[in-house]
Amino acid sequence: MSAAALPSPGIAQPASDEWPLMRGDPTDASLTDAVLAPLWHSSPAWWALFAFSAAGTLLLLGTVAYTVMVGIGTWGNNIPVAWAFAITNFVWWIGIGHAGTFISAFLLLLNQKWRGSINRVAEAMTIFALVNAALFPLLHLGRPWFFYWLVPYPATMNVWPNFKSALPWDVAAVTTYFTVSLLFWFLGLVPDLASARDRAPTLLRRRVYGVFAMGWRGSGFQWQRYRVAYVLLAGLATPLVISVHSVVSLDFSIAQLPGWHSTIFPPYFVVGAIYSGLAMVLILLLPVRRAFHLSGIITEAHLNAIAKLMLAMGLMLAYSYVIETFMAWYSADAAERYTYLVGRPFGPYAVAYWIMTVLNVLSPQLFWSKRLRTNTAALFLVSVGILTGMWMERFLIIVTSLNRDFLTSSWHIYMPTWVDWGILAGSFGLFGFLFLLFLRFVPSVAISEVKSLRLELASRRRAESSHA
Amino acid sequence: MAAPFPRWVNTLARATLIAAVCTLVGVPVALMAWVRTPNATRRFQPVAQPIAFDHRIHVTGQHIDCQYCHFSVERAASAGIPPSSTCVPCHSTVWMNSSALSLVRQSVATGTPLHWNRVNALPGFVYFNHAIHVNKGIKCENCHGRVERMARVYQAAPLTMSWCVDCHRTVRAPTNCTTCHR
Ligand code: HEC
Ligand code: HEC
Ligand code: HEC
Ligand code: HEC
Ligand code: HEC
Repeated sequence: MSAAALPSPGIAQPASDEWPLMRGDPTDASLTDAVLAPLWHSSPAWWALFAFSAAGTLLLLGTVAYTVMVGIGTWGNNIPVAWAFAITNFVWWIGIGHAGTFISAFLLLLNQKWRGSINRVAEAMTIFALVNAALFPLLHLGRPWFFYWLVPYPATMNVWPNFKSALPWDVAAVTTYFTVSLLFWFLGLVPDLASARDRAPTLLRRRVYGVFAMGWRGSGFQWQRYRVAYVLLAGLATPLVISVHSVVSLDFSIAQLPGWHSTIFPPYFVVGAIYSGLAMVLILLLPVRRAFHLSGIITEAHLNAIAKLMLAMGLMLAYSYVIETFMAWYSADAAERYTYLVGRPFGPYAVAYWIMTVLNVLSPQLFWSKRLRTNTAALFLVSVGILTGMWMERFLIIVTSLNRDFLTSSWHIYMPTWVDWGILAGSFGLFGFLFLLFLRFVPSVAISEVKSLRLELASRRRAESSHA
Repeated sequence: MAAPFPRWVNTLARATLIAAVCTLVGVPVALMAWVRTPNATRRFQPVAQPIAFDHRIHVTGQHIDCQYCHFSVERAASAGIPPSSTCVPCHSTVWMNSSALSLVRQSVATGTPLHWNRVNALPGFVYFNHAIHVNKGIKCENCHGRVERMARVYQAAPLTMSWCVDCHRTVRAPTNCTTCHR
């Protein structure tokens, strides 16, 4: 019955002819042990990173508390540049959050087996990025304790959010995305949590993992239901990859500001989002792979595939930049032309423009080279570059358009304050903090998927050898 | 290896799930209901005053018009609270030496106003105007209830925004935000 709903249980496609998806000849038991090892033993390196990110989290708490107590006048925001850092960071973080679902749901439906060993990290990253993303618009409300006014509910004020605006849809899109991502992540975790329960050294840990494993026994009946639910959720999550950032981009394109009022925004934002998300996946995956000795299951085949995806996204993004600029020129609208042809490349924020162009457009071109696609140092550096470039892009879109619109009387320069920088830096801290906790308490690779991949590879090998 | 949980945990797990769903739905619903109760809007709670002034005696008993004391209600945004000199013409003859009125005598003698506790209070960001309402024929009791029957005045209307806006919609008074938030 479920066969139609499942990706065909056929042979795993090799991501590349040269590199295997799995190295060595692991057994089921050794795979489980390898992935679960970090749950039972911590390392000094983990503690050092943890302390560092905890300090970052404290910085975030401090700057947020200061903002809440004093008000957002502590930020550099002004009128006209009312969105400034808060919305830049929001759009950036939420973009990063896109790769998780892209890798886990999109690629699941496309039956890309190589996703199995990296989807857990990608999904965790998605959730933590969304936590960070949600923080910024909430603080930007000014009175964050009234966040529930964003939700349409029968209030005693008799006013409802304006459904003609993109902003309430933004709230809807982001909360839906968060809920679905969390459920998807958790559902994927259940069998692995059961493995952790069964192998945990102490009764307390067995019980804690047992609670979260929700009675998973791995019977055929459970697996059958499980696969159906998983694929259904993947089907639900996949359109969200497209919709969330499209809705976010509408926040901009419904306005008439030069540089915002453009129909290319939804695809342009989605591509940028997946692009930055893939970069973040690599930044997290490369150290994890090395520290936890996982290069046997996260092989060059995976890195190669991600690098290729990044190159493709980078090209699409470059295309968007070109089209955007061309349309501005072609519109013959003075304000549009000024923004794209003069304001951004040569205006007060020109540095951000050129950083963006070099890092987003030029740096991924390195990945035309096969050697660099599997070179971890190159991958890491380019990923950092792409994340920086994408942040600059968001900053440019928001600040250069707001800072100089049609009316000379409403031109104003924006400069962030130390609180702005503190919150941004602190949000990295929180992200690292959550991610490190994740590494320490949750299996960081989908063990059950890797095990089934192993069986498939083994059976294919058998088939090939008997054929010969 | 022994099972990590005893059998009854299954029931507990199911009960927890049901309880979680109920909480998730129940808490917002309960809160939405609560903000509409008189407790949350502070309706029907008689407010104690330094002087036991009684509207029943003065309005129903003495047939004094509201505007004798709330003198600016037809002319201004505020209805006006009577200064202590308003009490003098009558109370120089009635209950002259009563201890109930000692604060009034003190206030008249020293010229310092009395401190009445507020009963109806809108937040500072709401602009309300008595004159327009009274002149358009809205009775005090539409908004304040039967004050002449109250020993201690209490807030009769919820004073929520929906209360104002619902009436404005039915009588076609302006409802754009800047009417009341300016
Ligand atoms: C003799 C003077 C007098 C008359 C007449 C009078 N009031 Fe008052 N009213 C007062 C005083 C003094 C207070 C303040 C003490 C209190 O709240 O009980 C008051 C308080 C009030 C309040 C509450 C004010 C607040 O703080 O929100 C309302 C409402 C009110 N009066 C309505 C009326 C209405 C309606 C009438 C006519 C039916 C009326 N009053 C007649 C003297 C008077
Ligand atoms: C028109 C005349 C008049 C005015 C003006 C007036 N009162 Fe009175 N008040 C009376 C009368 C008459 C009584 C006595 C009623 C009774 O004994 O049945 C009374 C009674 C009282 C009492 C005693 C009530 C009790 O039984 O405990 C107080 C207190 C009082 N008034 C306060 C005030 C205050 C304060 C003002 C000014 C804001 C005021 N009055 C203005 C006529 C007036
Ligand atoms: C449309 C509703 C409405 C009507 C009609 C109305 N009031 Fe009020 N009244 C209010 C509200 C609302 C407040 C609280 C105002 C605030 O907090 O700024 C108030 C406050 C008062 C106060 C306290 C002092 C002040 O002005 O804040 C008095 C006294 C008062 N009203 C008397 C009267 C009297 C007397 C009448 C009739 C002549 C009357 N009101 C008619 C709504 C009304
Ligand atoms: C019982 C009905 C009623 C209620 C309750 C009521 N209003 Fe009104 N309001 C009116 C009417 C009638 C007018 C006059 C409209 C017109 O100009 O004809 C009015 C006018 C006004 C105006 C002046 C509008 C202008 O012309 O600029 C303001 C301000 C106002 N109301 C505020 C409030 C506030 C604030 C509340 C709640 C605390 C409130 N009203 C509750 C009936 C009501
Ligand atoms: C007829 C008068 C009136 C009009 C028109 C009105 N309001 Fe209000 N509003 C109020 C009153 C009264 C309150 C205070 C309610 C309370 O304290 O519970 C309020 C409170 C609010 C609050 C809560 C503020 C806070 O910090 O607690 C918001 C937000 C608000 N209004 C928005 C609006 C918007 C948006 C509009 C236009 C669509 C609007 N109001 C039109 C009377 C009005």
